[in-house]
Amino acid sequence: MLWTLAVFLLVNVLVVLLRVVRGPTASDRMVAALLFGTTGVAFVLVLAEALGSPAVRDVALVLAVLAALVPVVFARVGWSEDSGGGDS
Amino acid sequence: MTSVASAALLGVGAAFLLTGTIALLRFPDVFTRLHALTKADNLGVGLIVAGLILRAESPATVGKLVAVWLLVLLASATGAYAIAARALREGRQWPR
Repeated sequence: MLWTLAVFLLVNVLVVLLRVVRGPTASDRMVAALLFGTTGVAFVLVLAEALGSPAVRDVALVLAVLAALVPVVFARVGWSEDSGGGDS
Repeated sequence: MTSVASAALLGVGAAFLLTGTIALLRFPDVFTRLHALTKADNLGVGLIVAGLILRAESPATVGKLVAVWLLVLLASATGAYAIAARALREGRQWPR
């Protein structure tokens, strides 16, 4: 049951990569990164429970901390639309 | 009893996370996607954390799970504001 749930959440994360590919703007891609911060964290937590290894839970903690910082850095510093977008 | 409640919480949480994923793929612009994602996914993560808390053995594990949940709430709240503010600054209009 836990493994099924973990795989299901991982598939969710992978499907969202479609949104990263499609864009169309940097903000849209950043929303996908926001989802990695929620669904990805849930996936790692379920994985830790399924594996029975508490160390993996710390990975989720680190991922959550980074997920809180990333959008702020994006909004403050960010990149402009014409630098390295690569979807033209 | 506890395991049934845990399984139910995990299942409902996964359903909410699926809603967030579908919204991110199907909704038309960045603001509607933010709206759906930050609410549905936070609820989903909260329910999954609640389901895992019921299975946890030690208080330390419970504390760690709650810390992860609070950090995810912080990430979504600040993230939604920051991304929406930047999208507006770039000239995305709302309402369209």
